[in-house]
Amino acid sequence: MISKNRDLPLYKNDAVSCCSNSQEQEEEMSYVDSEGFLAGIIETAINQVARIKTDLTAADKIGSFKARWGVGRMSYAVAPGIYAVGQPTPESPVLVSANYKLSFDSLRKELSGLDLWILVIDTKGINVWCAAGKGTFGTSEIVRMIEKTSLSKLVNHRRLILPQLGAPGVAAHRVKAESDFRVTYGPVRAGDLPAFFKSGSKAEPEMRSTTFTLADRLVLTPVEIVALLKPLAGLALAIFLLSSAALLVGGDQYRLAAVIVQTAQILLPFILAALTGAVLAPALLPYIPGRALAWKGWILGMLLAVILVVNAYSSASWLLQGSYLLAIPAIASFLSLNFTGSTTYTSLSGVVKEMGVALPVMIISASLGAVALIVSFFI
Amino acid sequence: MKYRYLKDVVTLKLDQSKCNGCGLCLEVCPQQVFTLENRLSSITDRDACMECGACARNCAPGAIYVRPGVGCAYAVLMDKLGIKGKCCGDVCGCTLEGISEY
Repeated sequence: MISKNRDLPLYKNDAVSCCSNSQEQEEEMSYVDSEGFLAGIIETAINQVARIKTDLTAADKIGSFKARWGVGRMSYAVAPGIYAVGQPTPESPVLVSANYKLSFDSLRKELSGLDLWILVIDTKGINVWCAAGKGTFGTSEIVRMIEKTSLSKLVNHRRLILPQLGAPGVAAHRVKAESDFRVTYGPVRAGDLPAFFKSGSKAEPEMRSTTFTLADRLVLTPVEIVALLKPLAGLALAIFLLSSAALLVGGDQYRLAAVIVQTAQILLPFILAALTGAVLAPALLPYIPGRALAWKGWILGMLLAVILVVNAYSSASWLLQGSYLLAIPAIASFLSLNFTGSTTYTSLSGVVKEMGVALPVMIISASLGAVALIVSFFI
Repeated sequence: MKYRYLKDVVTLKLDQSKCNGCGLCLEVCPQQVFTLENRLSSITDRDACMECGACARNCAPGAIYVRPGVGCAYAVLMDKLGIKGKCCGDVCGCTLEGISEY
């Protein structure tokens, strides 16, 4: 499915990136095979342009699902360049998009019945919003792609429609100065594009605001869950070894089945803590009192810990109970704080502020919880 | 429903004396922080600002200042620990990916 697509142009990117390994980025990227979404070729003033489908196939949906779960996510990109939708003419509008396949798919599936051009710029397979923050969805990349694709020969107007969420990376007045193309910021959601064109390329206020629905929040949780598997496996191993060591130190007969059962029992609350922070807190986000995300996660974690200690784990040792009461809120709080990266409304200043308070509390609480857990095996 | 984050933390500043009233800041702001009053931009919901930097970047006369950044704890943490290449589309969910953007 992923292949090096040699017949489509490759462009190097010199934009400043905030948090990526530039060495890695210099390597040639591979792109998703375009066969799956092409619907023929059209002849234009600048040569042949690939026409794309506006409906998603099963392969597209499977690809999206895999990317959501972090599989092959970094190479889920389409080749930058010009694409045609419908029967575009030199008068047809030009949309600008990132080359993350997920962004590209969510754009084209909304365009059935429309005739237009899409200028896909090289964002290294990153979505519009993140790429705009990094500067790869930016003024210089747009200007370069306009030149590379000879866009001014393909169309006889000088207008580009950009996703509004690309605005953090693009200076409209600089694009105009450097390329003569005038930038219009379109709606936030691709689904509003047909209405946007109907109203004379004007985005209504409701098209301008981000939403953050339950579905928006939950679609981001699989990647978080995948990221939790490794630490949880490490914790399981640690509990297993401690459990074994306690048995051997106590001089009891070593029975593997008993150790495994004990490991599972002790581990379960930590798994629930992780799910609470990574899934439940995002799902219930607007309903949990308070503003800081670390606080929201802490409340849910504390609630979980208390419920466990008074119910299923009421007969556990006081040290293990103490460990849960200390560690579970810290874990849920940390993961909930991590969700700031997925929200549509948290600011860097706010995150730095809440981290300053929450991180020391979490570290102390989790460390004491870990000590209590270890000691609980031997007392 | 509008989500509310921490009060009075953002770095957003507007110098109305430089504003030319073009209104692009209202257009690019995903949080409706600005309104146009007497043909000049005005900050009416400062705490809603998420410091994305779109307004400042698109303000031709340079009337807006904001320290742009991603409000992502993981990115801040990796930055503090000096670990590079561990964010944005790598391991985290990354802001707004769930929304059909184009």
